[in-house]
Amino acid sequence: MQEAAVSMRHISKSFGKKVIANKNVDLDIYHGEILSLLGENGSGKTTLMNMLSGVYFPDEGEILVNGEPVSITCPKDAFDLGIGMVHQHFKLIDVFTALENILLGLPKENDTKSGRAAVEEICRKYGFELDLDKKIYDMSVSEKETLEIVKTLYRGTEILILDEPTAVLTPQETDKLFSILKNMREDGKAVVIITHKLNEVMEISDRVTVLRKGENAGTVLTSETNEQQLTEMMVGEKIVLDINRDFVENKALRLEVKHMTVLNPDKKKVVDDISFDLYSGEVLGIAGISGSGQKELLEGIMGLQKCEEGSSVIYYSTAHGTHELVGLDTKQIIGYGLHLAFVPEDRLGMGLVGNMGITDNVLLKRYRKGSGPFLHKTLPRQTAEKIRSELEVVTPDLEYPVRRLSGGNVQKILVGREINNKPTVLMTAYAVRGLDINTSYTIYNILNEQKKKGVAVIYVGEDLDVLLALSDRIMVICEGRMTGMLDGRTATKEQLGYLMTKTGGAH
Amino acid sequence: MEKKTTHKAPLFHVRKKDDTTLIQAILIRAVFVVLALLVSALFIYFVTKLDPISVYTSMFKGAFGTSRRTWITIRDTCLLLMISVALSPAFRMRFWNCGAEGQVLIGGLTTAALMIYFGSKIPTVLLLLIMLVVSAAAGGIWALLPAVFKAKYDTNETLFTLMMNYLAIQLVEFFVDIWDKKQSHSVGIINMAGHGGWFPEVLGQQYTINIILVVVITVAVYVYMKYSKHGYEGAVVGESVATARYAGINVPSVIRRNVLLSGAIAGIAGFVEVAGISHTISKQTAGGRGFTAIIVCWLAKFNPFIMAIISLFLVFLDKGAAQIASDFGLNEFASDIITGILLFFILSAEFFINYSISRSEPVKEEH
Amino acid sequence: MSLSQLISWCVAAITFGTVIMYGCIGETVNQKAGGLNLGVPGIMQLGGISALAAAFIYEKSVGTPVPVVGMTITLLASMLAAGLGGLLYAFLTVTLKVNQNVTGLTLTIFGTGVANFFGGSMMKLSGGVGTISVSATSSAFRAKIPFLSTRFGTFGSIFLSHGWMVYTAIIIAIIAQYFLSRTRTGLNLRAVGENPATADAAGINVTKYKYLASVIGAAICGLGGLFYVMDYIQGTWANDSAIEALGWLAVALVIFTSWKPKNSIWGAYLFGLCYWAYIYIPAGISKFFAAKLKLTNLTYMQNLYKMLPYLVTIVVLCVVSRRRKRENQAPASLGISYFREER
Repeated sequence: MQEAAVSMRHISKSFGKKVIANKNVDLDIYHGEILSLLGENGSGKTTLMNMLSGVYFPDEGEILVNGEPVSITCPKDAFDLGIGMVHQHFKLIDVFTALENILLGLPKENDTKSGRAAVEEICRKYGFELDLDKKIYDMSVSEKETLEIVKTLYRGTEILILDEPTAVLTPQETDKLFSILKNMREDGKAVVIITHKLNEVMEISDRVTVLRKGENAGTVLTSETNEQQLTEMMVGEKIVLDINRDFVENKALRLEVKHMTVLNPDKKKVVDDISFDLYSGEVLGIAGISGSGQKELLEGIMGLQKCEEGSSVIYYSTAHGTHELVGLDTKQIIGYGLHLAFVPEDRLGMGLVGNMGITDNVLLKRYRKGSGPFLHKTLPRQTAEKIRSELEVVTPDLEYPVRRLSGGNVQKILVGREINNKPTVLMTAYAVRGLDINTSYTIYNILNEQKKKGVAVIYVGEDLDVLLALSDRIMVICEGRMTGMLDGRTATKEQLGYLMTKTGGAH
Repeated sequence: MEKKTTHKAPLFHVRKKDDTTLIQAILIRAVFVVLALLVSALFIYFVTKLDPISVYTSMFKGAFGTSRRTWITIRDTCLLLMISVALSPAFRMRFWNCGAEGQVLIGGLTTAALMIYFGSKIPTVLLLLIMLVVSAAAGGIWALLPAVFKAKYDTNETLFTLMMNYLAIQLVEFFVDIWDKKQSHSVGIINMAGHGGWFPEVLGQQYTINIILVVVITVAVYVYMKYSKHGYEGAVVGESVATARYAGINVPSVIRRNVLLSGAIAGIAGFVEVAGISHTISKQTAGGRGFTAIIVCWLAKFNPFIMAIISLFLVFLDKGAAQIASDFGLNEFASDIITGILLFFILSAEFFINYSISRSEPVKEEH
Repeated sequence: MSLSQLISWCVAAITFGTVIMYGCIGETVNQKAGGLNLGVPGIMQLGGISALAAAFIYEKSVGTPVPVVGMTITLLASMLAAGLGGLLYAFLTVTLKVNQNVTGLTLTIFGTGVANFFGGSMMKLSGGVGTISVSATSSAFRAKIPFLSTRFGTFGSIFLSHGWMVYTAIIIAIIAQYFLSRTRTGLNLRAVGENPATADAAGINVTKYKYLASVIGAAICGLGGLFYVMDYIQGTWANDSAIEALGWLAVALVIFTSWKPKNSIWGAYLFGLCYWAYIYIPAGISKFFAAKLKLTNLTYMQNLYKMLPYLVTIVVLCVVSRRRKRENQAPASLGISYFREER
């Protein structure tokens, strides 16, 4: 058997005393193959690879490159060893051009002229399309991804690591990326792709290494495995993939969105003339590539984004009457007692205050209640206690900063607070992103319970399987426009995928 | 490609930690304070060849040697504490108010104006109340201007407030010239004869009112920030603007309100300085306390009790150094050097509280 | 206003502007690497006092001081002391990750203390306030360019009648501009200030760049202090902390120039004109305002005119913050400590 390009032996890494990211992991990477590193979010995939790329230094264990023990203390060491990594959050400098980003940090011999020629040669060889003089802030996500890969190749990368490269790409862009990766494999390079998407693993890789809770759960050849086996390796036990979906009778209109348009700071339409109705007792899924206007749509309804003239959002509620929401700000929406609950995408950056405990976070939307200038904390404390016990939030105490809790616990607190106020409409954005499977199911169950209670639920998601299993109806948007409204029980993934990429909209 | 096996592991490995206990934190700080005193002692020794012990004894005498000195130390601690407390509502929102110096001056300036024009016309108690309100308003408005621009256009508040300090200094100089009767570029002691607008002695002590005012304001600000709805809004804005907007909080108005409060208290500190301590006004009235207070406030992380301890310590150093200066013929700026050394060490201590360092295991070399 | 007044106003403005130009360039270099150093006033004082002390000791110890030697010693001492200030700043903010604002302010307190302590001690040694004199070195710094300064009429009187450090400042500004915008090292340095994580991943030694930017930037600031002591106040010392105000203006100038050293060449002189405006504002204007304000003495108005440079800075701050052009903004990670393993 050929010598491994990289071997990791007994690698352990922890952050502080509480978080053990990797524990005694062994891993081999070979030239001329594509290795998938599979695992749930938080299973330690990225941390493990960051130790190869010099971002982190292992607490224990050793790394061998081409059989020689090495010590990778900084990204430069990694380059020198031919290891390049494309991070999930691109490491690019916004105000620089593509070429400046490529040449950054290199010795002076790589002057602009010869550098440009060499980069153009790489693009030709593997089939990249890239404008070298474009500033990063003018680039699309897919262009940035391309640039990142070209950058590592220019630096003589023999071992390329990609961290969730397809998370933000359209299916077409993904296909293109995969064909490039195959070219690289033919060229004898070692490619590692970090992912949690099983279909991609099956499509592209030669071998799969699965991580579970920071430990190596086994390595298998792709040709000798299947999705069911990989899932079992990932989660450790067989899980039921079915999500309950009840049918609720007697639906009532709750939200009527008409011609909603939202502009971004550059005056570009990020939500473009979207109209839809939302009913009680249903889950309306919203599918689309991330960044297609989902965030702005929900924030527009909540009064956090300014809607353009002609937009209208009418809120119907038997208890609170009928209201036009466009023109109201968030404070008025809360102040009128309208029960719109919103679980935003950025949990700690928007939905919660990281340095406060559960009680103070429960206060966030109701701190104005009660007379006088002082806070009334008795009721919120009871609510906090209720959330902790009912949703099994693991925390030392109610005042412990939520920032220090795990992602799952953070989301339970946020969702718990939002449903506690008996919402009429519950909007969620990427409610299970980054959560382990068990917590994800807890969230699905909560959404279904709310639906059965007659709440109108919006579920913005990225996993098409979940959207198809959970939603009663699915609205698809692409580039801010609505490209379709499908019945969740009959729609197919192919239909969704087609509508998600149907640029130009349905008009 | 060329294989490199000569990489060395980093000598030290730094990790973030968030499990430092209060006792550990206090111990670390204490160690650093001792180190700072040792370094200062070395500095004193090399500059003066004096025995550091006798120098420190002399410093202690300077701060607490007589009951009058003790009172002056307490008085100045109160003033520094008050300005530090003044900064906390602004810092809570990460608004870097570097303009306390100017806000104190403006509060002092309006106080001096009222003393000069109404010192003999309005009964002192009433005048003091008027001065309190007016100085607070003046300091507040002085701080509000940068806050308005920060809230609306995100204008850099650090530099804006710094520049406001110099506007305040020039305004003070302008009025000092107008009020100065003897062309001496100084207003001298205001109302020396009738003590109009001076803090009266209470319980036989000259500085009782100073202390009461500072304690009341410190407690009030603490309660306001910790238990009031407004304080909660400020805390949320300071943590995350996006979260504040999500909760329907009007971010610009919270910024304006907290900074207004911050400036108002600094203005009152100016009132205390002029009516309660110096009874004069000059561009030296704030005396750099506005800057020192920034460091005090930041180090104490809004805890008024810790602010009081740090303030006392800094004032002690200042008084002590002044004493050495007169005892041993040094100049008074020795106190700024010692203060600087001490602050550098206390700031360094924060690192050892928030991070842990360990020797890295050497990587095994195979030969 | 007569021509001669205009000329002397411009000359004063250039002298003043040179002090803050050094400060501004030094601080720009540091800020481009992400370090917002509010210790500039302190660093300038360190540079100033060590220059003076070096010259003082040198002139006291030799009978007939050689100007060139005096200048060399002075320059070295000034850059060394200021550079050490920058090293201290870098150690605290980069290695120990202490808040930059607080570190900078402490450095200002410390630098002011050191400068005035030794300044005071030197005064005592030489016999009292205003008695320090390093005439040989100081006049060498102030020596005008032979021949040129007396030619070219008004232009010559305004621009060619200065000591050599006025022109060095312009050269350093041009070099700094070229370095930051055209060289690979400059590109790397800007990358560190924009996004240290990215720079780190690209193999740039972030710590090294931050340290060097801080130390070299501080050394350049130190030259501003040296120029202040040797040229601006002509080789003496006063414990009035006047240099502190200039330090803050240097920091303000960085924003005024939108982080481009080339803009500091005219920006600094403009600040100089504002600063000295109080002397040259025509009496008619002062009379008009003095009458409105019922003032007895016209010179009282000068206190208000002295606000001008600060007011200009404030206006510029506000205008800059309103127009948001990507290339004119502060480095994206300015003021933030970098920790590679931050999660």
